Amino acid sequence: MFDYETIRLIWWIFIGVVAIAFALTEGFDFGAGTLLPFVGKTDIERRVVLNTVGGTWEGNQVWLILLGGAIFAIWPAVYATLFSGLYIAMMLVLFSLFLRPAGFDYRSKIDCPKWRNAWDWALFLGGTLPPVLLGVLVGNLLIGLPFHLDEDLRPNYDGSFFGLLGPFQLLCGVIGVVLTSFHGGIFIKWRTDGDVRERARKAVSFLGPVLIALVAVAALWLIFGFDRPELTSIAGKGAPSNPMNKAVLAKGPGWLAHFLENPWMLVAPVVAVLGLLFAWILGRGRGDASAFVLSSLGIVGALLTIGFGLFPFLLISTVDPRSSLTLWDATSSHMVLNIAFWITIVFLPIVLLYTQWVYRKLWGTVSNDSILQNTHTLY
Amino acid sequence: MTGDEIVNLSRLQFGLTALYHFLFVPLTLGMTFLLAIMESVYVMTGRQVYRDMTRFWGKLFAINFAMGVTTGLTLEFQFGTNWAYYSHYVGDIFGPILASEGWMAFFLESTFVGLFFFGWDRLTKVQHLTVTWLLAFGTNFSALWILIANAWMQHPVGAEFNYETLRMEMTSFAEVFFNPVAQVKFVHTVAAGYVTGSMFVLGISSWYLLQGRDVGFARRSFSIASAFGLASILSVIVLGDESGYTSGETQRVKLAAIEAEWETTKAPASFTLVGIPNEETQRTDYAVEIPYLLGLIATRSIDEQVRGLKDLYKDNLVRIRNGMKAYGDLQKMRAGQKDAATIAAFEKNRGDLGYGLLLKKYTAKVVDADEAMIAKAAKDSLPRVAPLFWSFRVMVGCGFIMLFVFGLAFYYCATRVADQKRWLMKLAVWSIPLPWVAAETGWVVAEYGRQPWTISGVLPTHMSVSNLTSDQLWFSLMGFLVFYTILLIIEMFLMIKYVKLGPSSLHTGKYHFESTQAAPQA
Repeated sequence: MFDYETIRLIWWIFIGVVAIAFALTEGFDFGAGTLLPFVGKTDIERRVVLNTVGGTWEGNQVWLILLGGAIFAIWPAVYATLFSGLYIAMMLVLFSLFLRPAGFDYRSKIDCPKWRNAWDWALFLGGTLPPVLLGVLVGNLLIGLPFHLDEDLRPNYDGSFFGLLGPFQLLCGVIGVVLTSFHGGIFIKWRTDGDVRERARKAVSFLGPVLIALVAVAALWLIFGFDRPELTSIAGKGAPSNPMNKAVLAKGPGWLAHFLENPWMLVAPVVAVLGLLFAWILGRGRGDASAFVLSSLGIVGALLTIGFGLFPFLLISTVDPRSSLTLWDATSSHMVLNIAFWITIVFLPIVLLYTQWVYRKLWGTVSNDSILQNTHTLY
Repeated sequence: MTGDEIVNLSRLQFGLTALYHFLFVPLTLGMTFLLAIMESVYVMTGRQVYRDMTRFWGKLFAINFAMGVTTGLTLEFQFGTNWAYYSHYVGDIFGPILASEGWMAFFLESTFVGLFFFGWDRLTKVQHLTVTWLLAFGTNFSALWILIANAWMQHPVGAEFNYETLRMEMTSFAEVFFNPVAQVKFVHTVAAGYVTGSMFVLGISSWYLLQGRDVGFARRSFSIASAFGLASILSVIVLGDESGYTSGETQRVKLAAIEAEWETTKAPASFTLVGIPNEETQRTDYAVEIPYLLGLIATRSIDEQVRGLKDLYKDNLVRIRNGMKAYGDLQKMRAGQKDAATIAAFEKNRGDLGYGLLLKKYTAKVVDADEAMIAKAAKDSLPRVAPLFWSFRVMVGCGFIMLFVFGLAFYYCATRVADQKRWLMKLAVWSIPLPWVAAETGWVVAEYGRQPWTISGVLPTHMSVSNLTSDQLWFSLMGFLVFYTILLIIEMFLMIKYVKLGPSSLHTGKYHFESTQAAPQA
């Protein structure tokens, strides 16, 4: 059994791992949805694109479900505050996710161009809207949300839906979808041949520089345009979870200073930029697996940068800094974190083991021919 | 305090979306096992028709599964979006449960479902069969964990209120896991799922047989469904979850309401077969009673009493008064008065804190409630009788009709005369909706019967909601209405289309609509 402080930190890492796994795997699924109309011109080509992710998207989506569930389970206050405060935004995320299961499964069940075109639109929206909305969400997490906890620790949200759509947050939304499209493009290119592969290559070639430029703008904007709060005192890193027992300074030394204080954290942004840059260089040429590994590294670096940047905050309140939630005072109880830890330690390796087996079994280049040969079974 | 309108709209939305989700879940639970059974027969006998059966019923399963996935997402979002204070209150208990469900169940079913559909030519026979079984276990594990969570809401064991964090915290994972309500609920719910899958296959196979098409295919499907269905419906009825209603305070309230048991009668109580429950006079008009039966079903004994609603009301008056004291002490402690005497006084009434919270609906301070408010809160603590009374009877009625259908289907299959019983096949076709009616009414009994609580005796529903505006709720409600209506129409359209196509949708060239060589399979 770990002490409370240690297990709280371990769970911060675990939830980070789940978030990264979600971004890596569902990232290319979303990207395939966004690129669907652009790299697939004919019905067969679109089926090629869909079937690069067809057998595995459902398992990948579990990382999202697990992420939501883990936040509920480990950081209940974050789950309650975030989901209720961002009510309309969360409903839009949910509605856009509705389009995918039916889209994948129903699209090719009827051989009618109108039907299939309609589902292609649904899949395009289902692949595009979630990363945009989640990008906007990340933007808001970085600059903080207007909420406060009352005396019963009930979360109250003091903003509106349109308040979430500031220019910085919208930029983050654009980055979200460009990132998933870039990552998805690399994946599609790897898994296909012929025209589809060539179009995916072109998309990667175009999206790479756009992505890196947007990320750079967002980073500079955050550093120079927004305050970063500073935790000044806390009841104890092992104290019972009650966010109201701490003091927070609304305006701390700033984002850059936070990284310079902890220079090892700079590894994350460096990995992010280098990963995406080399993924682009290799991806626009012949690199397949190598480009995918590098774009994955880029995503890992990007998410770590966000996590490190916020540390130890999980949710920053802009109206009542004391209500901000940190990984030290917004968790479940000591015993529960330990139990959930052991469950994870046992089952995570098993899940990874069979997931890689499933990927290996379903691997192989998806081509126009392979679709035609299995036209009644494939998506 | 949050307005009644927000509470009612949130309940409406959660109720509708959960009932809607539950249209797809039972079929998934049942179909995965039926697919695993059919494929096992294929692997053991090597006969192609069983492979075709697995693949065809698998197609129908896929159409349903996509909807289950879609609508399941909603539930995960909704605890946080609409029930924020509830989420804060239960997160600690749901922690290990959700972790287990995610790792053991969701990954298993979702990872293997793709391989089930696309792996036929990429795996050996045994590998594919293993995948199918893992898919079936995955869906059923998922039911296990979510029902443990649900059972904790019905009967919150293994946890207590922590005054420093203002929420429930787990004291024993084992107690939560081995919650008697959870065990009963799990068996009852998954068995109901097997019944749903079996009735679906039995009804559709009967329709093919009535039309005289795909006879060999349909006959085999019919017999597997009848055997599995009979075993399952017997489990549902024999292990009906009434036996779970004896443990837990609110469960007892629910039982009294289901049976319209106004007075505590001498054991063993009689069972009210039908009647018109009358809330005004607190009696059941035109009741037809079967002596002793309720006592036997509910307590599994002849000398234990089933407590009546009038007495439960009196019990709850006492508990509400205790709850007021607990709430008062809690406020003192939070104001810094943490001396031993206050803590001891709080500990004494801690178990009734939730009953004190029932008063929050009438006065924010709780401790200043007057007699009229206490009486109102005590009345709130009992659910309305008629909806539970009738839902329960509809559910049980459907169950017995299905027992009749499966029983005869199995008997005639065993005696090899099923083909001649066209009336039975017609009955099976018309019985297709019954498991859904039973599942939905069963859900109403379990969840409506839990009112006025989200967590029985611990957190009232009206305190559990998020601070939202009615505009936000109308927006989401309309969104669900639009998406769910469109999706349901599409799903039914596809389902009916594929049922009509039958096994010809596999394009093997052997089945109705497609054959020139049409060799009926022996």
